[in-house]
Amino acid sequence: MSPLNGSGANPLRDPADRRLPRIAGPSGLVIFGVTGDLSRKKLMPAVYDLANRGLLPPGFSLVGFARRDWEDEDFAQVVHDAVKEHARTPFREEVWQQLIQGMRFVQGTFDDDEAFERLRSTIDELDKQQGTGGNFAFYLSVPPGAFPVVIQQLKKSGLADQSKGSWRRAVIEKPFGHDLKSAEELNKVVHEVFEPDQVFRIDHYLGKETVQNILALRFANTMFEPIWNRSYVDHVQITMAEDIGIGGRAGYYDGIGAARDVIQNHLLQLLALTAMEEPSSFGADALAREKTKVLGAVRLPKDLGADTVRGQYAAGWQGGEKVIGYLQEDGIDPESKTDTYAALKLEIDNRRWAGVPFYLRTGKRLGRRVTEIAVVFQRAPHSPFDHTATEELGQNAIVIRVQPDEGITVRFGSKVPGTSMEIRDVSMDFAYGESFTESSPEAYERLILDVLLGDANLFPRTEEVELSWKILDPVEEYWDEHGRPAQYKSGTWGPAEADEMLARDGRSWRRP
Amino acid sequence: MKIDLTDTTAGEINKALTEGRRAIGTPAVGMVLTLVIVTDEENAYDALRAATDASREHPSRTLVVIRRVSRTPRDRTTSRLDAEVRVGADAGAGETVVLRLYGEVSDHADSVVLPLLLPDAPVVVWWPVDAPLDPAEDPLGALAQRRVTDTYAAEQPVRELAARAETYAPGDTDLAWTRITPWRSMLAAALDQVDCEVRSVEVEGEEFNPSCELLAMWLADRLGVPVQRSLSSGPGLTAVRMETTCGPVVLDRADGSLANLSIQGQPGRAVALQRRDTAELIAEELRRLDPDDTYAAALRYGVERLSAGAEAVATLDGVPAGPTEKAADKAAEDEAVAEVAVAESEAGTEEGEAERPTPNSLARKAASK
Repeated sequence: MSPLNGSGANPLRDPADRRLPRIAGPSGLVIFGVTGDLSRKKLMPAVYDLANRGLLPPGFSLVGFARRDWEDEDFAQVVHDAVKEHARTPFREEVWQQLIQGMRFVQGTFDDDEAFERLRSTIDELDKQQGTGGNFAFYLSVPPGAFPVVIQQLKKSGLADQSKGSWRRAVIEKPFGHDLKSAEELNKVVHEVFEPDQVFRIDHYLGKETVQNILALRFANTMFEPIWNRSYVDHVQITMAEDIGIGGRAGYYDGIGAARDVIQNHLLQLLALTAMEEPSSFGADALAREKTKVLGAVRLPKDLGADTVRGQYAAGWQGGEKVIGYLQEDGIDPESKTDTYAALKLEIDNRRWAGVPFYLRTGKRLGRRVTEIAVVFQRAPHSPFDHTATEELGQNAIVIRVQPDEGITVRFGSKVPGTSMEIRDVSMDFAYGESFTESSPEAYERLILDVLLGDANLFPRTEEVELSWKILDPVEEYWDEHGRPAQYKSGTWGPAEADEMLARDGRSWRRP
Repeated sequence: MKIDLTDTTAGEINKALTEGRRAIGTPAVGMVLTLVIVTDEENAYDALRAATDASREHPSRTLVVIRRVSRTPRDRTTSRLDAEVRVGADAGAGETVVLRLYGEVSDHADSVVLPLLLPDAPVVVWWPVDAPLDPAEDPLGALAQRRVTDTYAAEQPVRELAARAETYAPGDTDLAWTRITPWRSMLAAALDQVDCEVRSVEVEGEEFNPSCELLAMWLADRLGVPVQRSLSSGPGLTAVRMETTCGPVVLDRADGSLANLSIQGQPGRAVALQRRDTAELIAEELRRLDPDDTYAAALRYGVERLSAGAEAVATLDGVPAGPTEKAADKAAEDEAVAEVAVAESEAGTEEGEAERPTPNSLARKAASK
């Protein structure tokens, strides 16, 4: 006979049994702001996909909280439609039947004490009916302004209290403030109610396979790490480009801008993963320690005017479509100084990276939608070939393509077939879509599962968020006081000033 | 794109593969493994279709080895190799070569397959039917890291399980085992939810379905409690009942898709447990290529040690004995294992030990007999 208890001594569980997936324990997910876009397009489909892959526990419960006057059935219908439209895996009736048993809807506003009381009783009821064991994650898919209210309500109604053996977790989405001060305030509000290990900050980039693969590429192989330093790397370019404009997000976007929206979280996280030292383990603490260390070593350029660039998209043609400029968008002040393009040159003050610039850029209405990290290597110190032979040879590069078409490209020189010696760039390609087709889960699937499992290594911590703001705040302050964003034509790769910024260093942007 | 080659050699097939790839403009990148399917003409179509579907998750070179039956002595002495090379859209996310072996060469299939393996990539051999008695010793099996058999397709599945336990080598695996992954994962999740000891287990499922035995053996091996195998009319596995110190935990699937999990003191819950098609099984099988120790442990527990219900005894002993000598040999082996098991357990009781013999020691002793 074998003693059993719920906390991992289950005799049917064996680490060597790798077929058995990591299934979340008994638990439920409460989504605030469940009527929003994110919830319908990403969260609900991710929950279904997890269930379809058999990764959710029996009795998993999904609770929606919103102002709408819905019954449980209406909510189930909305989830059903969202799943049919957006889920990655095919719709299967029996999976749906499993999910629908645990679906509840609680109607109310965030300042309504009674609604939270109802939420509480719904959760208690689910514990009894579905066996969720008091384990609930609260997903705050709400505007930043509503954060403090919801958090306080959770505290007031006792929903944040973890009773013995069960857990409560809070999941929050960016923006994590709009500068260091507001981020600190937000963290204070959150941590008044939830302990640091109960808080999961979603940066969906970190849930992407390729981003996790940066660590695998660097630390599971031997052939990259020896050259991953200032002796061989000339510079690093991290790009996140979007082809769309601000769409309907004018209210949120104006006053925030590209740098706060993208660089502060996504790009600085990518920088941290690219530049960090090897962590002692893949555990959350060890990872956070190394990321914090490298973010702490990031140094801004001395001349912020010369080594930072911001821009606004102007009217133009984007991919065969005539589009208007940022200042002409609905709901945007024609005098707005908000940046829709931002480029920074950063350096990292440590032995590995001293003197190697990291160029970060992001923008809307650029050539195409792409996110990539390009590590560009120095030229060979000496070439036995004569000048004409290597005229067409560029610099070697390793490019990690984050999206779309996830994969890795290695660029190097190769002899052109023929009698003369001529060397030209070729690329060698590894595409996730080719070697492991279709099995890549969506970022949100991975992240939601990690929240339910309590696995925190893909979530940025308070210190990382605050350090990122420390890097960005001086730039934003400088921009506030000096000049205006440069205009760039929609559908191009950003303002001329950005090209000049690299040209001064004798470099140029890659065309991603 | 399809290229047909008659009376050919592995060298020409390789050339055709290169030409085919050039013609459709894609180089041979990204293929992660070579899958060798050894089958007869009758089962080749279904097996290849499952492999092609699975190749969307694991782009691979698929080699289908079909041994053609020779009907005359003249046929048997002549020897011919025909091949059908498919690349691009005709071959899923990879490339496929269908090899038809006539006459003498069909005894030397490994000489055809060896030059066609992808360089430096793992090899998986899959026998949809008629797997060799000892897969690891088979000339084709010896080329592979992973050998996939399917006891479900065997004439006498239960005997076949005992034989597989005898010849198990790391890398062997069985689709009958793959089929029960969702059950195993759900049962493990069910035990996560209670805090009590399991006293006994009953596994219920259709006759001649070795997945039931494998599940029962896995449970017996992990839990160390008596497990009873009982029969139902299916489809497939229908129920697992665990008697625990805090009441029964039952996972019940009557219709082959939606199961019901009931735990004493908790409300019943619906759980999706759809029976999966072969493509999904193969895809799961290809996901990990390291030896499956859990399978080995379950298999070596020994099918004869399951306490069977009255009808189930009939499955074990009442099956008409196989017409061939091989089956008789196997039966003898079964007895040997059973004897050891009985002897061991008797010895155990005499010494007043509650411990059961470990599966490994059992297999070793049986082998030394």
